[in-house]
Amino acid sequence: MEVSDLVDAMIPAPAIVAERLNKVFGDVWAVRDFTLAVGYGEVVALLGPNGAGKTTTVRMLASIIQPSGGCATVAGFDIATQPVQVRGAVGLLTEFPGLYKRMLALEYLDFFGRLQGVDSGRRAGRVEELLRRFELWDARRTQLGHYSKGMAQKLALVRALLHDPPVLFLDEPTSAMDPHSARLVRDTIGWLQGQKRCIVICTHNLTEAQELSDRIAIIRQGGIVALGTLDELRARYLHGVACEVRLAEPWDGLLPALSPLVQVESHGLTWLRYRTDDVRRTNPLVLAKLAGAGVQVLTLSVVESSLEQVYLSLIEGEAADAPAERAA
Amino acid sequence: MIRQLLATARNDARVAWIITAREVRDTLRDWRLVLPIGLLTLFFPLLMDATAQMSLSFTSRYGGAEILAWRIVPFLLMIVGFFPISFSLVIALETFVGEKERNSLEPLLAMPVSDRQLYLGKLLAAMIPPVLAAYLGITVYLIGLGITMHYTPPATLLIQILVLTTMQALVMVAGAVVVSSHTNSVRAANLLASFIVVPMALLVQGESYVMFWASYDVLWWIALGLLVAVILLMRLGLHLFNREEILSRGMDRIRLGDAWRTLKAQFLQPASAGGRPFSLWRVYGHDIPWLLRQAAPAVACIVPALMLAAFVGFYLADKFPLPAGVLDLSRISGQSFKQLPDLGFLPAFTTWGIFSNNVRSLLLAGVMALFSFGVLAILLLMAPVTILGYFAAAFAVSGHSLGQFVVGFILPHGIVELPAAILATALAARMGAVMVARPAGASLGQRLLQSVADFVKLFVFVVMPLLLLAAFLEANVTPRVLLWVYGLS
Repeated sequence: MEVSDLVDAMIPAPAIVAERLNKVFGDVWAVRDFTLAVGYGEVVALLGPNGAGKTTTVRMLASIIQPSGGCATVAGFDIATQPVQVRGAVGLLTEFPGLYKRMLALEYLDFFGRLQGVDSGRRAGRVEELLRRFELWDARRTQLGHYSKGMAQKLALVRALLHDPPVLFLDEPTSAMDPHSARLVRDTIGWLQGQKRCIVICTHNLTEAQELSDRIAIIRQGGIVALGTLDELRARYLHGVACEVRLAEPWDGLLPALSPLVQVESHGLTWLRYRTDDVRRTNPLVLAKLAGAGVQVLTLSVVESSLEQVYLSLIEGEAADAPAERAA
Repeated sequence: MIRQLLATARNDARVAWIITAREVRDTLRDWRLVLPIGLLTLFFPLLMDATAQMSLSFTSRYGGAEILAWRIVPFLLMIVGFFPISFSLVIALETFVGEKERNSLEPLLAMPVSDRQLYLGKLLAAMIPPVLAAYLGITVYLIGLGITMHYTPPATLLIQILVLTTMQALVMVAGAVVVSSHTNSVRAANLLASFIVVPMALLVQGESYVMFWASYDVLWWIALGLLVAVILLMRLGLHLFNREEILSRGMDRIRLGDAWRTLKAQFLQPASAGGRPFSLWRVYGHDIPWLLRQAAPAVACIVPALMLAAFVGFYLADKFPLPAGVLDLSRISGQSFKQLPDLGFLPAFTTWGIFSNNVRSLLLAGVMALFSFGVLAILLLMAPVTILGYFAAAFAVSGHSLGQFVVGFILPHGIVELPAAILATALAARMGAVMVARPAGASLGQRLLQSVADFVKLFVFVVMPLLLLAAFLEANVTPRVLLWVYGLS
């Protein structure tokens, strides 16, 4: 055995390995060349506008639909040739909870537990544990038609976790929840990550992506346009440092005077924001110019770049509204 | 191997039953479904009981006419079984598309269950309520008959009706589940249900005819035919079941342009032609031989079916012989053929009359094949062969030579007409078979359109020329040969 083989054996294989996955519906590319590897204990957020291909990607990785091209393994199973095994290893929180409204929560979870192959001895305990964790135990005998949106969402999450899957796909996990429930779910995601689960979250919620994920994949028109940690994305896509000046009075009319020094990104009546590669040189010049114009400066501070700025620069900056590309 | 198969079947049944049990429980909890179905199931048999009593009362006023009422009673027994199936079909119609509309389908599709397990579970769940409702209706009707008319049907008839009702329920539900998995709204599924309910209603009309003549044995054959239809529909549904199609189907659009392009491409430039331009040389040198190879499996099924049809004709001739003197060949003359249209078989005993009649019949077979998995096309060809077999045997029984009959009546034009009819029927059956075969590399619609284009091509370039020649022979040569064979003038 080679040393490299030993090293390979010691390093666990990624939970998800997708290589150039494609999905074409008719003549429209829904997903194009999707390549991603996610390890156990890692949380990756798929971030993108509606119709970017997030849900289709997750459906392919969960072996609900077949890819048109490319290949992928999930928990070691091939999504094309071992769909039943893949579905057994995956917990999927769908975009809509989709509960059976005439069932009770206990019946509902028992049904899905049986389909997931959770044996009867373990099922009841698991159901109780998860219902208590998500504060639904008291509503266990309530008809699901009477559940609120947030409760339904939490129950759908319980359904996804019931068989203790190593890989989780969570589509908008906190979208319909009140702040308390959303916090509960976020804490749970952190707890699952601690248990070395591989978690992929589809979301529009930038704060959630920023808070929960280790890496972020920004998706546009079916393909990943950016992938990395938040810091990596900032460094890669947002050049320089953003500075914000707060003024004591309106600064109307000063824009032409400042334009040779900096490019103002955004501004209000009494504030302006610009980006610079050289703070030491630019900031004194800006202050001097403002002082020279008789405008009193209250503060000048460096603004930390947010995921939103990265996202907008990638999505809005590149004709995000363009229709999906046609397949050849 | 067998043990493994049994284990797989047992596991499939176990998983399917989990799905079935949930769905049936869910259905029974919905009072908006249970109440009307229950009330109609109970009310209708009572109405039929009253109808049976009134019929008997009315016919008993006229001596000996009671037999009419007693023929109605078993028919109503079947109707009270059929009626609940037709209105509880809504459960089957919404089995997939309803769940899709409620967004509850995707979590189910994400479960580690196979397509077969999921489909069977859903199918069974859709079958149980209609079948139970039908049995309940029959029971109520029988109890009513027992109380009011002191009538109990013969055990055989009761079993026949129960089998027939079950088969009708299975056909309708299996068809409805196929519809449900291929539409994008419950509303569309309900509209398409008429394609199930109307043919079944026609079948029930046919059954009423059979029952009025008390030809109860025929009911077994109808049940057998329905069983075949159930198997084909289940196979069709399972083969076409596609998680992706169900989830991703947005708005169904009629794309006449696309359909026309597919038809045209397959007719003029099929993939098998390898890019060679369309020409008569290519059609007869390549396309037709390729189509004949494609038709070979269907021909291999049709030829034994025609032999069976001829045998049935022989059997019927033996069982129902023609009265003596009917086959009096001495009355045949050249004038007799001109009088054939008077019998209503042909518009005119001319080349054009025979040709147009045959073309119409075979085109009708093509259309019917589309709605019957190809079965009706074969049956349509078997019918005249049965008649020929009957007459051939009748001639033989009445002392004529079978060889003379074949040479005189069939051979001159049949040698051309029969191959043409077999080929057209084979391509028609192939169109029907596309419905139950797993489509490879193309959608069902595309495969169907391609098979239609193949049928049209063979029909235009082979079948029609052969039929024209056969019609000419039949109108001009066969009568002369016939008169010559039998020494008539």
